[in-house]
Amino acid sequence: MFEASSREIRDQKLQAAWRRAFLFVTILLILPVGVILWILAMKGGPALSWAFFTDWPRDGMTAGGIFPALIGTLWLVGVALVASVPVGVAAAVYLSEYAPDNALTRLINLAIINLAGVPSIVHALFGVGAFVLFFNMGTSILAASLTLAVMTLPVVIVSTRESLQAVPRAFREACWSLGATRWQTIRHVVLPNSGSGILTGIILEVSRTVGETAPIMFTGAAFFLPILPSGVGDQTMAMSLHLFVVATQVPGVPVELPFGVALVLVGMVLALNAISIVFRTRLRRRKKW
Amino acid sequence: MDRGAISVRDFSLWYGNFQALEDVNLESAAGKITSLIGPSGCGKSTLLRSVNRINERLGYVRTSGDINVLGHNITAPSVSKVQLGRRVGMVFQRPNPLPLSIRENILFGWKLHARGDDGVDMEAEVVERALQEVLLWDRVKDRLNDAAINLSLEEQQKLCIARLLPVKPDVLLMDEPCSALDPVATEAVESLLWGMRGKYTILLVTHNMAQARRASDDCAFMLMGKMVEAGPTAEMFVSPVKQETADYIEGRYG
Repeated sequence: MFEASSREIRDQKLQAAWRRAFLFVTILLILPVGVILWILAMKGGPALSWAFFTDWPRDGMTAGGIFPALIGTLWLVGVALVASVPVGVAAAVYLSEYAPDNALTRLINLAIINLAGVPSIVHALFGVGAFVLFFNMGTSILAASLTLAVMTLPVVIVSTRESLQAVPRAFREACWSLGATRWQTIRHVVLPNSGSGILTGIILEVSRTVGETAPIMFTGAAFFLPILPSGVGDQTMAMSLHLFVVATQVPGVPVELPFGVALVLVGMVLALNAISIVFRTRLRRRKKW
Repeated sequence: MDRGAISVRDFSLWYGNFQALEDVNLESAAGKITSLIGPSGCGKSTLLRSVNRINERLGYVRTSGDINVLGHNITAPSVSKVQLGRRVGMVFQRPNPLPLSIRENILFGWKLHARGDDGVDMEAEVVERALQEVLLWDRVKDRLNDAAINLSLEEQQKLCIARLLPVKPDVLLMDEPCSALDPVATEAVESLLWGMRGKYTILLVTHNMAQARRASDDCAFMLMGKMVEAGPTAEMFVSPVKQETADYIEGRYG
């Protein structure tokens, strides 16, 4: 009496077919990542050596290493972080812990969403107009980093705000019930319990900043420089722009060179993402609420 | 004139446009346990959360009328929520120990408020005294640095009561403190509260009729944001004045 009817059997077969189709489409997602890494490794791998990281470009950039570009990227990302993290975290704390639900707050949230959607080339033009020209910073690490900072600010704000809001309300209420002020609650309970989440967001911001080209092209990154920058007022070379240059702007570059640069760039981004994933897993494991 | 430790006068409260409390009056005697009963959404928790003004932290709350605690109007604009929080402690439905050690949980409020008065070297004594008072000391004295979250629910709730004590409150607000506990733990917490009478004035929100009957001196019944009836628990459960009270107590709704 419990045998499946022929219609049920047909439905089950159909469901199984659809399930396989969905699985196939999902597996397709892995494909581009795998292919990109494979091609980069095959073609760029031969270029890699210790000297590749420590040498300057030679022979009109057709040989040598990426040392000044690597250092330049560290400068750009470092200064961008110094600018964006304090502002972003402070804004997120305000929005998450203090902001009343009113028109101004909604306007700020709308601005953040829209800022995140602005194309990076538009950020670049904004950087030229605001930092290079208006604030008279010239094309410099400072101008380029501030442009990057403005561009990544929404990422920092949104990820920090989410980490803050993931702290259970029960913790806040426990603080309030003890007569703690809002700031004491934030300082002693909210921030310590969202620290790893905030850090994860910052690492993801870094991994995005590392690869950006457009915002630094007109604001502070240079085609080639014979010396390292000595401060934030100088221009600098950068990994992303260097890739663009050796891949398209210089004739006679051996094929493994741009692929080697790309491999290092992607490697940096993947390493940073991996670190943030490790942070997140450790955070989840420690969290017991 | 013997005014109560907590005295609510014509108190109304709105969340946005929704009126949650309507001209509520309540006298709660010093050193006694007063239970607030009523069906879900009747405003008993809102009333409780008005006594330490924790409602306002959520925004969009308007009030009218007065609440006097120890003879002082706490709705006055000059009242500091920090000072109020010191004298009026609160315990929630679900035990909410902070993600810290047992010791740090006890010391949290004390560090914020009372350390300056007591002296930094008092820590160990403060922890022991608070845990003794909630009958938890013997059970946890050897693992004070363990995470509080690893305690049983009953122990967690007792810890949440204990951590209020070092800042020397006069009033304890209990928002269904046993609703997450099993019957044995409930009994333990109830008898603890009963033992704390006299030293503290306790306001106890409960949806457990038997608990109100067992564990309170006075009882107040609320319905739809209004105070229906209040009086000594023993009288109210035997001979309620209002029909709604009788119906609720007998379990006809709620």
